[in-house]
Amino acid sequence: MSRRFGGEGLRAARHVLRAYPALLRVGFADMFAYRAELVVWLLTMNMPLVMMALWTAVAATGPVGRFGQREFVAYYLGMLLVRILTGSWLVWELTMEIRQGTLAPRLLRPIHPLWAHSAMQLAAVPMRAVLVSPLLFILYWAAGERLPLHEPERMAIALTAIAGAWMLLFLIMAIIGTLAAFVESALSIFDVWLGAQAVLSGYLVPLELLPPWVAQAARYLPFRYILGFPVETLIGLESTSSALHELGVQALFIAGSLVAALALWRAALRRFAAFGG
Amino acid sequence: MIRARNLCKTYRVHRRPPGLLAALRSVVRRRTEEVQALVDVSFDIAPGERVGFLGPNGAGKTTALKILSGLLYPTSGTVTVGGFVPQERRNEFLHMITLVMGQKQQLLWDLPPAETFAMNRALFDLPRREADATQQELVDLLEIGALIGKPTRQLSLGERMKCELVAALLHRPRVLFLDEPTIGLDVSMQARVRDFIRRYNEATGASVLLTSHYMEDVAALCPRVIVIDKGHLIYDGDLRTLARRIRPEKRITMHFSSVPAPGELDRLGNCVARSELQATLAVPAAQVTEAVRAALGRLPISDISVEDPPLEEIMQEFLGGQPANGGARSA
Repeated sequence: MSRRFGGEGLRAARHVLRAYPALLRVGFADMFAYRAELVVWLLTMNMPLVMMALWTAVAATGPVGRFGQREFVAYYLGMLLVRILTGSWLVWELTMEIRQGTLAPRLLRPIHPLWAHSAMQLAAVPMRAVLVSPLLFILYWAAGERLPLHEPERMAIALTAIAGAWMLLFLIMAIIGTLAAFVESALSIFDVWLGAQAVLSGYLVPLELLPPWVAQAARYLPFRYILGFPVETLIGLESTSSALHELGVQALFIAGSLVAALALWRAALRRFAAFGG
Repeated sequence: MIRARNLCKTYRVHRRPPGLLAALRSVVRRRTEEVQALVDVSFDIAPGERVGFLGPNGAGKTTALKILSGLLYPTSGTVTVGGFVPQERRNEFLHMITLVMGQKQQLLWDLPPAETFAMNRALFDLPRREADATQQELVDLLEIGALIGKPTRQLSLGERMKCELVAALLHRPRVLFLDEPTIGLDVSMQARVRDFIRRYNEATGASVLLTSHYMEDVAALCPRVIVIDKGHLIYDGDLRTLARRIRPEKRITMHFSSVPAPGELDRLGNCVARSELQATLAVPAAQVTEAVRAALGRLPISDISVEDPPLEEIMQEFLGGQPANGGARSA
């Protein structure tokens, strides 16, 4: 029996690998259709810049903890970069598809809808990377010596942490979006999540500047691994050994979220009413 | 090919009166009630059969199709399609079926239909040459070669529906679930889509299950109908048998070269439609020959035709006379 399931699993994996380039291509083409929307979305990502202005003013009279003016600039530019590269709109897509029944056509295709969604979202990353590339020059000015440009190991850890952040946020959004099959207010739940994430991920304030008990609590929650951890790794606030350890914690959160997302998805399909039509 | 036994589907729906007060009250206390969309529905469909689901709005037709295609779980009962349980959504099953929903689209809205076709080709893991040949064949049959390069959002409803059919049939499914496939189309387009579906069925031997508000679709395509009303299966059998039983009469439509004398028409049968130079009579089937002969002898006829009564009328009479929870009848 397990061999049969193993064989089916392998076949499914091969099928996903074969189909994924086509999904990415479609996602890329679709993203170009929404290029203006993408630019507008980028312009709304101004909170790190506001916080950067605020904290550099505070740091004008002296460093705050480990953060001088240049560290704040590097931190918030890194935050902006990670936020833009890892951003996802899955939760809005899923809630709409479940509530309006437009998930139905996706369910009739022989690939898990989350794979298809992941391709659509990933396809937007290259264009976002191009659009935010000017930020890299400022980041280099602010944290050039701290950036892992000449350290392949640290660079690999930082890029893995950013990829992990993308996966974790995608899966969290999948979980909350799937809740739309059970409750009408899945988007309100996501608003609550966003509120907590703003504080506990280090998005507004670096976690080490928060009261110690908050910073400590954040280490046991997934928020930090979506934003704070990849930024700290990128601008050299984490030592290599500590970053490797944190990468393991991030992987655990990803694995847990994946299991939860798939279990919830299966339960949601039983509740899906395929409304409309 | 399809086997449904004792299918039941119950939805739980929220109920609240309109108005702000009712909205506030529903925050504290939500009233829900159960709606039975399908009640103990059983049927079998053989390979290659074309079957029409008929019934008024909310009868349970679409719910039945969604259960058969695996989108919905039945509350109780069992269903298999080609030996598969649809709700398990195995890849082999998804390769075998397609569901076309006139009110839902799978085409990518901002991209040309050709992109959806290419994506489906990859998702269904179709060999490129085979898929290209199928796509070309379907595009030629539906005459949409000039459309598939335009963004979907710029196509008319009819053009989109034809592209939907190509996207849905690219993997050559053996079971077609068609939910209102001609909705919103003009008469000539409806006829072309019907013709296309029949040709696909005859060429591939695929089973076709169709729901449509246009009785013409069902009359033209489906020798067999399953009638559902308030979730109950109330008829399963031959469409002509149902028509003969409900309306055992024929319609004689006559066109006149001059206005016939008053009273002449009434002597031939029951006049159901009349204008100056045209009239339609309802005549018992056994008396048609005699009535036609008499009409040709007495009236200034320029053209005459004999047809069955319209399916709309038959269904209206059939459903109007049903008890809400009427038991199943068969031919």
